[in-house]
Amino acid sequence: MVDLTRLYDVLVIGGGNAAMTAAVTARQGGASVLVLEHAPKALRGGNSRHTRNLRAMHQAPTSVLTEAYLEDEYWDDLLRVTGGQTDENLARMTIRASEAALPFLEECGVRFQPSLTGTLSLSRTNAFFLGGGKALLNAVYATAEKLGVDILYDTEVREVHLEDGFARAVDINHKGFPETVRAKCVIASSGGFQGNLDWMRQYWGDAVDNFVIRGTPYAKGRVLKNLLAQGVAQIGDPTQFHAVALDARAPQFDGGIVTRLDSVPFSIVVNQHGQRFYDEGEDVWPKRYAIWGRLIAQQPGQIAYSICDAKSVPLFMPSVFPAITAGSVGELAQKLGLDPAAVEATVREYNAAVQPGSFDDRKLDGCRTQGLTPPKTNWARTIDQAPFIGYPLRPGITFTYLGVKVNERARVLMDNGKPTANLFASGEIMAGNILGKGYLAGFGMTIGTVFGRIAGQEAAKHARN
Amino acid sequence: MRETDAIAEARRNLEVCNACRYCEGYCAVFPAMELRREFPATDLGYLANLCHGCRGCFYACQYAPPHEFGINLPKVFAEIRQESYVQYAWPQPMAKLFERNGTVVSVAAALITALVMIGTALFQSPDRLFGVHRGEGAFYAVIPHNVMVLLAGSTFVFALVAIAISIARFWREAGGGAGPNGKQGMGKPLMQAVRDALTLKNLGGGGHGCNDTDGSFATSRRNLHHALFYGFMLCFASTNVATYYHYGLGLQAPYGYFSLPVILGTVGGIGMTVGASGLIWLKIVGDPEPVSRRLLGADYAMLVLLWMVAVTGLVLLAVRSTSAMGVTLAIHLGFVLALFVALPYSRMVHGAYRFAALVRAAREH
Ligand SMILES: Cc1cc2nc3c(=O)[nH]c(=O)nc-3n(C[C@H](O)[C@H](O)[C@H](O)COP(=O)(O)OP(=O)(O)OC[C@H]3O[C@@H](n4cnc5c(N)ncnc54)[C@H](O)[C@@H]3O)c2cc1C
Ligand code: SF4
Ligand code: SF4
Repeated sequence: MVDLTRLYDVLVIGGGNAAMTAAVTARQGGASVLVLEHAPKALRGGNSRHTRNLRAMHQAPTSVLTEAYLEDEYWDDLLRVTGGQTDENLARMTIRASEAALPFLEECGVRFQPSLTGTLSLSRTNAFFLGGGKALLNAVYATAEKLGVDILYDTEVREVHLEDGFARAVDINHKGFPETVRAKCVIASSGGFQGNLDWMRQYWGDAVDNFVIRGTPYAKGRVLKNLLAQGVAQIGDPTQFHAVALDARAPQFDGGIVTRLDSVPFSIVVNQHGQRFYDEGEDVWPKRYAIWGRLIAQQPGQIAYSICDAKSVPLFMPSVFPAITAGSVGELAQKLGLDPAAVEATVREYNAAVQPGSFDDRKLDGCRTQGLTPPKTNWARTIDQAPFIGYPLRPGITFTYLGVKVNERARVLMDNGKPTANLFASGEIMAGNILGKGYLAGFGMTIGTVFGRIAGQEAAKHARN
Repeated sequence: MRETDAIAEARRNLEVCNACRYCEGYCAVFPAMELRREFPATDLGYLANLCHGCRGCFYACQYAPPHEFGINLPKVFAEIRQESYVQYAWPQPMAKLFERNGTVVSVAAALITALVMIGTALFQSPDRLFGVHRGEGAFYAVIPHNVMVLLAGSTFVFALVAIAISIARFWREAGGGAGPNGKQGMGKPLMQAVRDALTLKNLGGGGHGCNDTDGSFATSRRNLHHALFYGFMLCFASTNVATYYHYGLGLQAPYGYFSLPVILGTVGGIGMTVGASGLIWLKIVGDPEPVSRRLLGADYAMLVLLWMVAVTGLVLLAVRSTSAMGVTLAIHLGFVLALFVALPYSRMVHGAYRFAALVRAAREH
């Protein structure tokens, strides 16, 4: 049994990758550690349980990564996706530390896939977890338990008592009972606030009711909000989130990876009125993956429809939901609940604008439309071969960008720029320091692991003194 | 394979897996799944038999219950395997024996052992049965050699024929490897399947062990299965060597403690005992979630029967020069006979189906 009257060296708020790597590291540093996870055991692990890889710098091929991926290239990639909304010092430090993240996780019992046959060819830059994020977490949790970390599930942290930059205690709700736990240090690793529709409603209005939350419903940002209200420095735009296009039939929460749909580059995408609204062939899919969530969020009813014909079917991964098929474009429109005449007109216009070219799904092939607004600049082929295929799409929110400001020792900073005495943060809750915009595949888990380890080390050191 | 609830459930599961693919490094099922977009019943029968039940994918799955997708491959695959044993059983009327298989196998074992005992008692005078026999032909003073050979040989040959016919039907219906990318050759896939089967490559969750009892990894299940399987093979080898001694060299059992048949049989018997005990233990302490409750009886019955065969064999060795030999011999042979009789209608057939599925998987890639 966990003794809540005890003064722990380190309290860790959250139960995802950033929390558990912090807990393990703090315990290895000799601290007594209590993990407070809002979710029940079966659903532990936040968004981390849905992940599948992490991006790691490496000088030479490793057992799971090919070739080399060096600091400068990694930094360039990050600079490109963030458009400069990053902190070069913190970012480069994270990139360099990512090299040690892999062996650390391996020591925790995490296994990686030797090679990859999936659709995104990332085996040079990203290491794939065997079994995915939940398998990773199982291993890290098992390691934590073996080391003697105490873990409480079904335990929501409701408030952190912060006085003059000093975290004295936290109020929790443990299986419905309020308690207060004291500790020498606190590590906040409670993720973003994407699970909190009412908070997002402040910025997006009732459109949020049409958003799909890809990950855990337990990331409600309660601790984040509580800290910001107590004078902790804020980072990141509260209105912004990372969003992708998902199958609209996805469950509202926790649908994870299987609801994503990569049909867009080989389709045309129309809105509720049967009209196209953006160049579907702008760039290769992994790069363009993230803009479509936002594009759809801006359409009426936050919904769109990907339409293609039989030729395109073999080119993308199957969705978990069956494709909607029909013998004609009009019939397909009807099945999708769209105005057949409008969709037929859009397809006709599009087909007429398609220019001849040699189609190649593996590169920007230049197969384009002429005289169409918006144009389709790659992979444009006429839609004329039955059966016609349609998928409804909705914006799927991955995570929010708002966070707390930290320094390179994972210490949370106050509004006045001063570091707090004993409050640390890791993972999504501070990712905005480095990733202010956009996304780099596998970087979320890297930030969580790197800062989790730093926070764990620093907290253990602080508790010892 | 017929369309059943289990087939529909497996299809639903695999449609989720095929969009996820996080588990692709665990075993041969996932690469085989990725070759397909649709899952007809026959393919599901094949994939289910390819699954070794390691549970790796269950603990790794972010969609396992209580998630609303409720993904649980090891459980639904075990159910389909059972359905395939039923549907391909030969002769068909015997398929019924797979229902309540635990009871069937236990009752059969008890009955056959009792019959051998009663038979021996009927045909032999008590002083023969309870007498002390030593030297060449000692066993055959209790049960004549040709009776043993006739009973054991005929049941064993029947078992092999019945299993072979079942597998041939399974193989044909499952497409015989002419699936996506189906290759024509047979030599290489066969070698590969033999290698995979002998090493239990797929019972290792991609190399670090499986989830024997819960979310943590271990290799005990694989090692125990090895002990049981290789123990069984050693006992089988022991019988063959003894047969050669008997007919080829004219030497009659019992053989000396350091003779080849006795060494093989002893090591094999110990292996089987350890393996079967351990596997029974793992079933008792294991997490019941990824297991199909309905099928547990059959698993226990088979393991207990194997355990009995091994232990009575070892006991026989220990008491062979005492007056307990006669009865022990009758009991041991009773269990061996029961094993041979039950073979084609017990969980033991999983080996044959698994092997056929491995060959097919090797042909596909
Ligand atoms: C579908 C999907 C796929 C993804 N794939 C990848 C990928 O392949 N690679 C990658 O790098 N990133 C990926 N990401 C992003 C990645 O999930 C995050 O960057 C990363 O998991 C963040 O880790 P974290 O520990 O900070 O947060 P989380 O894993 O979300 O953990 C937050 C934890 O805090 C707990 N919590 C929240 N509030 C409280 C409270 N008040 N009290 C107690 N506990 C609380 C939650 O229950 C949860 O356990 C993916 C995200 C999604 C949604
Ligand atoms: S078992 Fe679960 S995690 Fe594994 S591939 Fe299937 S859906 Fe994905
Ligand atoms: S062998 Fe293991 S990993 Fe493969 S399908 Fe069966 S239970 Fe899952």
